Amino acid sequence: MSLAGDIETVLSSGVRLAAPLAFAACGEYLAERAGTLNISVEAMMLGAAFGAVAVAGLTGSGIAGLLAGVLIGALIGLVHGVLAHGLAVNTFVVGLVLNALVLGLTSYLIATAAPLSRPPERWPLYSLLAIVPLTWWLVGRSRWGLELRAAGENPQAAAMTGIRVNLRRRQALLWCGALSGLGGAYLAVGEVGSFNQNMTAGRGYLVIAAVIFGGWRLARTLVGCALFGLADALRLALPALGVTLNSQLLISAPYLLALLAMLLFASRHNQPQALGRPFPRGGA
Amino acid sequence: MIRTVAALVVALALSSLLITVTGGSPPAALQALVRGSLGDATALSLTLLYAAPLLLIAVGACVSARAGVFNIGQEGQVLVGALAGAAVGLRLAVPGPALVVVILLASAFAAGLWAWLSSLMHRLRGVDIVVSTLLMTFLAQQVVAFAVNTPWLLQESRLGRATVLPQTNKLPADALLGSIGHYPGLRVNAGLLTGAVLAILVAVVLARTRWGFRITLLGLNPRAAQHSGVRVGALGGVALAISGALAGLAGAVVLASPLSTNRLQPGTSLGIGWDGLLVALVARNRPLLAIPVAGLFAVLRSGGSFLAATGVPSYLVDVVKALLVLAFVAPPALKRWSSA
Repeated sequence: MSLAGDIETVLSSGVRLAAPLAFAACGEYLAERAGTLNISVEAMMLGAAFGAVAVAGLTGSGIAGLLAGVLIGALIGLVHGVLAHGLAVNTFVVGLVLNALVLGLTSYLIATAAPLSRPPERWPLYSLLAIVPLTWWLVGRSRWGLELRAAGENPQAAAMTGIRVNLRRRQALLWCGALSGLGGAYLAVGEVGSFNQNMTAGRGYLVIAAVIFGGWRLARTLVGCALFGLADALRLALPALGVTLNSQLLISAPYLLALLAMLLFASRHNQPQALGRPFPRGGA
Repeated sequence: MIRTVAALVVALALSSLLITVTGGSPPAALQALVRGSLGDATALSLTLLYAAPLLLIAVGACVSARAGVFNIGQEGQVLVGALAGAAVGLRLAVPGPALVVVILLASAFAAGLWAWLSSLMHRLRGVDIVVSTLLMTFLAQQVVAFAVNTPWLLQESRLGRATVLPQTNKLPADALLGSIGHYPGLRVNAGLLTGAVLAILVAVVLARTRWGFRITLLGLNPRAAQHSGVRVGALGGVALAISGALAGLAGAVVLASPLSTNRLQPGTSLGIGWDGLLVALVARNRPLLAIPVAGLFAVLRSGGSFLAATGVPSYLVDVVKALLVLAFVAPPALKRWSSA
């Protein structure tokens, strides 16, 4: 094969590997700007991937599958929001438990049910063209987004001006769940066409790394997703091309880049000031 | 208390419902769980084996959480500990039973240092500790994968074979943790004794010493701690390092006990780092309470492998574990919420 052909193969598989990350990254970006460092994005993607394949298999419709994925993701976001920003359970504890619960539940269900598979349909990829500008506008230009960012930067001041901080954070998690669910559903229905045990395999954590790498800016976050997708594509393609490059290095590159970005650009990053900190009811 | 019991009942009811819906029988599943974990001396020995690393990790998680430093990177710290243990055990020519002690110390030191790096990044550049411990877990996985895939590092010797696996050579006999005492059929591994002793030690230190008081103060109110002369950053770093060291110790215990093939592999950690963290959550960061909870989680692990025979996938125990944590974490929050 020619060099141009090789590059084209790697690029196109890179785009396909980056797409599920990009959907979820829009959601995670929104949740983090509202002050939730949401680690249950892994659960959202995995649960949605399972639900999407199940519903698409039952109804024979890819769209129904995607919708089911969005709903499951949003449901997980709702549970996370109520527990972390309603009942004030530590958000990382909630995330860990949800990740463990969804991994256990989907593994259990796929082991008891007949595996479903269907031809992949890639068209939902193009919805990113609408979702990215929408996320940008919502967070950066709308009144709701301004309140969201206030809840993430300075919840005390936000509450003082009448913004319902925990409500905004719950709403952000709901959005995050819906978009991460779409990412997981796209991975299962759009790319693979079936579900296998732990099929997201840590993609949710990659999404978190992408938001950090992007310095809590949407455009750079998406660049991060593209880079991580490309690294994954390279890792898969290189052996066939006869090039030896350390695969462990390529797998760990996203996490290394995220850590390095935080270490090197900490002062220039616009990390939300109250990221990961709960806002207790009654203020102060 | 009533809320916790109610939450537990709900968790068990949900698990039973899940079994019933998928065509299994809850009583049969429960029976298999108990038989596979406590049924005979062999089953009980396996349960006790699992309890040891779970307890070590949970006790470590208690220390850092009590200091207000939330470490969620135990899974990676377990691997780093196992890696250091394997490197020392295979490369150092320490004679006799001293080898196992050297392995345990090396694993605790390496994983403690690994965890402490997160504290360093926090102090130098304000990197969030939860985020860095999480990200470094994935780095640790790749470091171990690299070590066991690279012939000039730790990959097993070829010895004329056509294929070599991504694993190290077997640890020498002197490097392994033996059983304590002699009971008919039952084997109690030295790792469990280490875990129990450390749990009691940590509980006493936290409750009865000036250092333990500082840790608690730091966790409850960092600003008050700083004003009363506690060096906040340094003490938090020490708590994080202790937490990592105990997780690393757990990695060495897995590597040097019959839980593994006594070879370091990418999967040596058995996902036990995540489980140990859950144990600490259920025990609400109290080291002594972690002893029975680690026992319960060990029962779920060893009994889980017996479930398959009843037609219920062993993944059920993962669902039960997550529901258990929810049942213990949600009620206090509900109480706070209803009284606020």
